[in-house]
Amino acid sequence: MIEIENAHKSFGNLEVLKGINLNVEKGEVVTIIGGSGSGKSTLLTCINGLEPINAGRIRIDGTEVHAKTTDLNKLRQRVGIVFQQWNAFPHLTVLENVMLAPRKVLGLSRDKAEEIAVKQLTHVGLHEKLSVYPNRMSGGQQQRMAIARALAMSPEYMLFDEVTSALDPMLVGEVLDTLKMLAEEGMTMICVTHEMAFARDVSDRVAFFHQGVMAEIGAPDEIFGSPRKPETQEFLGSVR
Amino acid sequence: MLDTALTWNDLLFLGQGAAMTLAVTAVSVAAGTIMGIIFGVIRFQAGPIWSMPLMFFLDIFRSVPLLIQLVLGNALQSIAKLGWPPFTTSCVVLSLYTAAYCTEIVRGGIASVPVTTRRAGRSLGMTWGQDMRYIVAPLATRVSLPAWIGLTLGVMKDSALVLWLGLIELLRASQILVTRLQEPLFILLICGAIYFIISFPIARLGGYLERRWSPHD
Repeated sequence: MIEIENAHKSFGNLEVLKGINLNVEKGEVVTIIGGSGSGKSTLLTCINGLEPINAGRIRIDGTEVHAKTTDLNKLRQRVGIVFQQWNAFPHLTVLENVMLAPRKVLGLSRDKAEEIAVKQLTHVGLHEKLSVYPNRMSGGQQQRMAIARALAMSPEYMLFDEVTSALDPMLVGEVLDTLKMLAEEGMTMICVTHEMAFARDVSDRVAFFHQGVMAEIGAPDEIFGSPRKPETQEFLGSVR
Repeated sequence: MLDTALTWNDLLFLGQGAAMTLAVTAVSVAAGTIMGIIFGVIRFQAGPIWSMPLMFFLDIFRSVPLLIQLVLGNALQSIAKLGWPPFTTSCVVLSLYTAAYCTEIVRGGIASVPVTTRRAGRSLGMTWGQDMRYIVAPLATRVSLPAWIGLTLGVMKDSALVLWLGLIELLRASQILVTRLQEPLFILLICGAIYFIISFPIARLGGYLERRWSPHD
């Protein structure tokens, strides 16, 4: 379970998160929607400790993320994240990209890591690209590789940060299908997204962020069907 | 028919000079590169303000002419009663000279690795060291290689200056022969050819590695 309690985060004078409270249960899919600069992506990087928070606390299965005693490298093995930019390791083949962390971080043998990597790459439909270098693939394929790379660590939670925003419109579908598949398999996910149809489809709950505050959260039907807050109404009106 | 007083023994003498040039270059480039990597990582991690003392120190080696460095270095070791032979003094000075340039090459290479790529590595649970070793090092090496090859070739030619400390390297050996045989053009031509023969494989190695890595880009 991910527990976010009164999380505050500032970059210099700019307060990006103004006291976020959110609990995500095991197996739940929560999507976060909202305009640019609403703090959605920042929250994800705070959850796996890539960014420190200024106040409040974030706990993952009871482990406090930002406590000094927490081994973030250990924690991040349980919390996968995929970014807007897929960030392939360009000097490694697709297979090696996915094998690297299981081998070096988990200390698995080459054979075992390869078995896991092939399984995850097959899962996201890239089994024919194993020996290809990432830069020879489309953005959508690279993004699916990034998803497989995160999944190869067998995380219990997955964070997706606008994973389709940098893609050609044609390629968005294949990545969203991959996310849907994961959601159906019961992966606990927090997805920051601008794809409203996707949010409506896969989410157990949808959170609307506005200027660093979680303005509204509820079932997709509530948020998309009958949003209560004027900000939510305005946002949804502008994206439709 | 070529009419020259140059004997096989003289050629052997030139060969020994070339061996000295190679030895000084190899030791200096190896030691300088290791120091350059260490300093470059410190420089990158510490940021411009904290690495200022280090940069000031290295700037001395970048801005003072190498000849002066060698002469001063030799004087210093003599004053400090270190008792270094000319070879050691030459290698120490040239290593620091190489390190000064290599530091910036390494820093530039590390800086060329996108922060987001490194973040992706860290988000998979890699430690700073693992990220440096498996992601930053290979990517930075690709970026830095051409500049490093250039530095190595430069140091090899600059190493001729160690003749001022009395080492008989390739250029000094040629000078000695020129004085004795009075055939400057012919001997310097051979000397230049030997420099070329030494440099060529290094330059080719760079080209070969660049080609080998290029399909990934």
